[in-house]
Amino acid sequence: MDIHEYQAKQLLSKFGVNVPPGEVVYQTHEAENIVSWLNEDKIVVKAQVHAGGRGKAGGIKVCSGDEQVVKTVDKMIGMKIITPQTSESGKTVRRVYLEKGYDIQKELYLCITVDRETGGNTIIYSRKGGVNIEEVSEKTPDEIHNMKIAPGSDLLTHHARTIVYNLGLKGAIAKKAQKNILSVYKAFVSLDAAMIEINPFAVTKNEDVVILDCKASFDDNALYRQRVVAEMKDENEYDPLELEAARHDLNYVKLDGNIGLMVNGAGLSMATMDIIKYYGGEAANFMDVAGAATPERVAAAFKLIYKDPDVQGILINIFGGMMRCNDIATGLVNASKEVGLNKPLVVRLEGTNVDMGKEILINSGFPIKPVDTMEQAAQDVVKMVEENR
Amino acid sequence: MAVLLTKESKVICQGFTGAQGTFHSERAIDYNTNIVGGVTPEKGGTKHLNVPVFNTVAEAKKKTGCNASGVFVPPPFAADAILEAVEAELDLVVCITDGIPTSDMQRVKREMKGCKTRLVGPNCPGVLTPGIGKIGIIPGHICKPGRIGVVSRSGTLSYESAVQTAELGQSTIIGIGGDPVNGTNFVDALELFLDDDETDGIVLIGEIGGTAEIDGAEFIKSWSGKTKKPVAAFVAGAAAPKGRKLGHAGAIVNSGAETADAKKEALKSAGVTVADTITTIGDAMRKAMKI
Repeated sequence: MDIHEYQAKQLLSKFGVNVPPGEVVYQTHEAENIVSWLNEDKIVVKAQVHAGGRGKAGGIKVCSGDEQVVKTVDKMIGMKIITPQTSESGKTVRRVYLEKGYDIQKELYLCITVDRETGGNTIIYSRKGGVNIEEVSEKTPDEIHNMKIAPGSDLLTHHARTIVYNLGLKGAIAKKAQKNILSVYKAFVSLDAAMIEINPFAVTKNEDVVILDCKASFDDNALYRQRVVAEMKDENEYDPLELEAARHDLNYVKLDGNIGLMVNGAGLSMATMDIIKYYGGEAANFMDVAGAATPERVAAAFKLIYKDPDVQGILINIFGGMMRCNDIATGLVNASKEVGLNKPLVVRLEGTNVDMGKEILINSGFPIKPVDTMEQAAQDVVKMVEENR
Repeated sequence: MAVLLTKESKVICQGFTGAQGTFHSERAIDYNTNIVGGVTPEKGGTKHLNVPVFNTVAEAKKKTGCNASGVFVPPPFAADAILEAVEAELDLVVCITDGIPTSDMQRVKREMKGCKTRLVGPNCPGVLTPGIGKIGIIPGHICKPGRIGVVSRSGTLSYESAVQTAELGQSTIIGIGGDPVNGTNFVDALELFLDDDETDGIVLIGEIGGTAEIDGAEFIKSWSGKTKKPVAAFVAGAAAPKGRKLGHAGAIVNSGAETADAKKEALKSAGVTVADTITTIGDAMRKAMKI
């Protein structure tokens, strides 16, 4: 689960990380109070959306004086932020963060994430932080350092000291940076984070170390014990179909194509997307009917896919194993009645009672085509969608 | 000899009397798995599915001589259950549970350092040796005794592979699971199959994310000169969009090595026969074995 920058900063400050003073606003009229409370010459106005690249998209403005701040906030609320990390239509700004602005001496990069290779965590850091960090990593990979922490081990002072040394920091600044790095790591572990990225991790002109921007995402599996984090979820940041899927415990991700997919298992879902692409089509979604594909869950998943206006044909690929295909087929036919199915539907079922399942589908009176293999299913659905155009 | 689960295995189920534990243990018993008991705290002394229930793994081991366990314990308690089996010094622990917090598994990894127990999973379909038995949820009827070793991150794709290699049959099917922090990896499984006289060919099913497939490819490359076995592979996720990632970390950490294409290339360069789609993995295996 992702959270907003201001929420991440709230969390980090509780662990002693040096975060600029700031406050979030939802409406323009709230801004004035915040400005007088902050009482700073320079105030940064930042659009709060779950996407990187905000600065380049006009979502971060440095302002001075009440009037300019209020004007900027007014303009920003409701605007669309379009960056390489959003969809083409962008994200609507509903919350704006106002914080103290600084004169910056150095922009560094710091990120903690889980390292799949070792099973521990890894700290990625660089002297060359800032908005062009991806370019830095691509063109000068030597500028990106990596500190791997063994699974379940703490970040120790000597680790932090090495990082600070490699970041080229000295004296009092180095001490401050070291303390901040240790605090961020403590927050990462205590909060079951999946990733905390600080960019820039800044050294100010008056020799302070401060976290200027921060992105954080958390381990969904641990949210049950991280209530404070779980309550920070902003539903506006998610696709409405994805939210509905989450309520049914379905793994669903909206994609750009026009063939709706319903599959059991994440691997088989991906492999189904792959084979559709292989035959020239494109999936409208990733859908893993996780867990047991019961008739009820199959029906709920089917209705959800059907609702997507981009979907022009549907492919269902269920490898039931122990499931009874006749039950799944009945679930599908019932759902088809409910939605008044009029889009092509290709179904590949594997499991017990396959023949009974097929018969139910054929006799349903709906345009449902049962097929024997995944290959056939992919070819058929691509062709049918093409012909329907 | 098959790998991991053999004629000598004595299996228990942790979370035995729960819905999942019961359902899948019934099927494992139907498949003739040597299930000697189960563990559910507070239910020790009773019987379930005609075998004894114990309060702890240590007690189960003392009374039954069990050496392998299948963990069906709910996510918040699963890491503890794994470590209980590790401390009881079982040879094999297969954790089926999906949804264990990553930091819990990091703790497990730390505790297991240097210990003799092998962990498979979590979030995996388990291990099945056709004709011998199964720990986990792989449907028995789709697997046939034979000489292909299957190792897969994805459950359903291991089933597809079993169906497609039905004529050749399988020595053992190992589902290693898709979690970021897990026990047995591709390299471990490849090592097991390489040393197994009953395995002639290996099917490897990977996914996007992580670098386990690349490590597997490196390992296969290092076989040159030693006894080699033909390997066929598929990597799922070529059509997956890069996604709306948060922050830059993804791009920086992975530098492209975690894509399906990069993994397929690495496997190809190690001499592995790579299937374009999952539906041709059986053909790829036959081609690699020149049959």
